[in-house]
Amino acid sequence: MKPKFGVVVFPGSNCDHDAYFAVKKILGFQSEFLWHKEKDLKGSDVIILPGGFSYGDYLRTGAIARFSPIMESVYKFAENGGIVIGICNGFQILLELGLLPGVMMKNESLKFVCKDVYLRIESNNNIFTKSVHQKVLKIPVAHGDGNYFADETTLNELEANNQVLFRYVSPEGNVEDGFNPNGSLNNIAGIINKKKNVMGLMPHPERCCDPILGNTDGALLFNSVAENYLS
Amino acid sequence: MYKATVIVKRRPKILDPEGKAVEQGAKLLGFNNVKKTRIGKYIEFFVETNDKTVAEKEVREYSEKLLSNPIMEDFEFTLEEVK
Repeated sequence: MKPKFGVVVFPGSNCDHDAYFAVKKILGFQSEFLWHKEKDLKGSDVIILPGGFSYGDYLRTGAIARFSPIMESVYKFAENGGIVIGICNGFQILLELGLLPGVMMKNESLKFVCKDVYLRIESNNNIFTKSVHQKVLKIPVAHGDGNYFADETTLNELEANNQVLFRYVSPEGNVEDGFNPNGSLNNIAGIINKKKNVMGLMPHPERCCDPILGNTDGALLFNSVAENYLS
Repeated sequence: MYKATVIVKRRPKILDPEGKAVEQGAKLLGFNNVKKTRIGKYIEFFVETNDKTVAEKEVREYSEKLLSNPIMEDFEFTLEEVK
C-alpha cells in the first residue's frame, strides 16, 4: 500500500508545492495540502512540514508556526507514532514544538547558504534511511538559520542514541569543518526522535527527486519512508 | 493597565554572530573601546488588567512560551502601570 503524504501549508511556506510535486507527481504517492488553520490531517500517513519562512521567521524561525492549530494534531499524531518529516523551516518548527531537541541559530557566517551539500547517513535503523543503500547523499541546502545547537547533555544523548541521522561531510564522506555550511554542532544536518518516527533535516530532499534536475538522491528518502512506513 | 517591556538576550555562552559582525562595524568606525557586543530583542506591549500579579504571570508565561527559547535565550521584563 502506498502512503498518503500530507503537506502542511503555513503563511510563508515556499517549499510546500515542491514537496507536493515531488511526492505526488514524481514519486507517485497520494498527497494533499493541509492548511495550518485546519486540525484535520485528512488521513495522512506521513506529514511533511515544508521549508519556507513561516510567519516571516519573526521572533525565531518556527516560533509562531508551532502554535498554528494544525500543529496540535501533528503533535498528537507524532506522539501516537505517526511519521513526521520536517524540512528546513519544518525542522525549525519541530524544534520549537519540542518534538525534536535543540534549537537552530543563525549561520555562523551570517550568510544565507544555497548550494548542494554532502550528507553522510549515520544510521539505517529507521524508516527514513532503511532502504537507502548509499552512504553519502548530495542534497541542496537553502537557509540562513541552520546552525544546530543543543546543550552538552542533549547532544551527548543524541549521539549515544544514534539520533543524529545526517552529518555534513566531504564528497568522500569525511566529517570536516570546511564542509559544514552553517556551523552546526558535530556537523549535524538532520536528527530523529527517540521513537524514530519524527525526522528533521535542513537540506531539501524534495528539490532533488525529479530526474530532469540531474540529481535524485532526495527521492531515496521518500521512497524509503514509503517502503517502510507500515513497519 | 500595565505596559510590559521584555528584553530577550542570548545566553552568555551562546555564540552571537550578529553581535560579532556589528562589533566589526564599531571597529571600522574607530570605537576601539567597544567590547563584547551582544544583540537581543526588545518587545513591548500592554496587558489589560489592573492586577499586577495577573500581569506578571501573563508576561512571564508569554515570555517563556513564545517570546524566548529557553535553550538559547534568557529574558527579563519590567511592568509599568499606565492609566
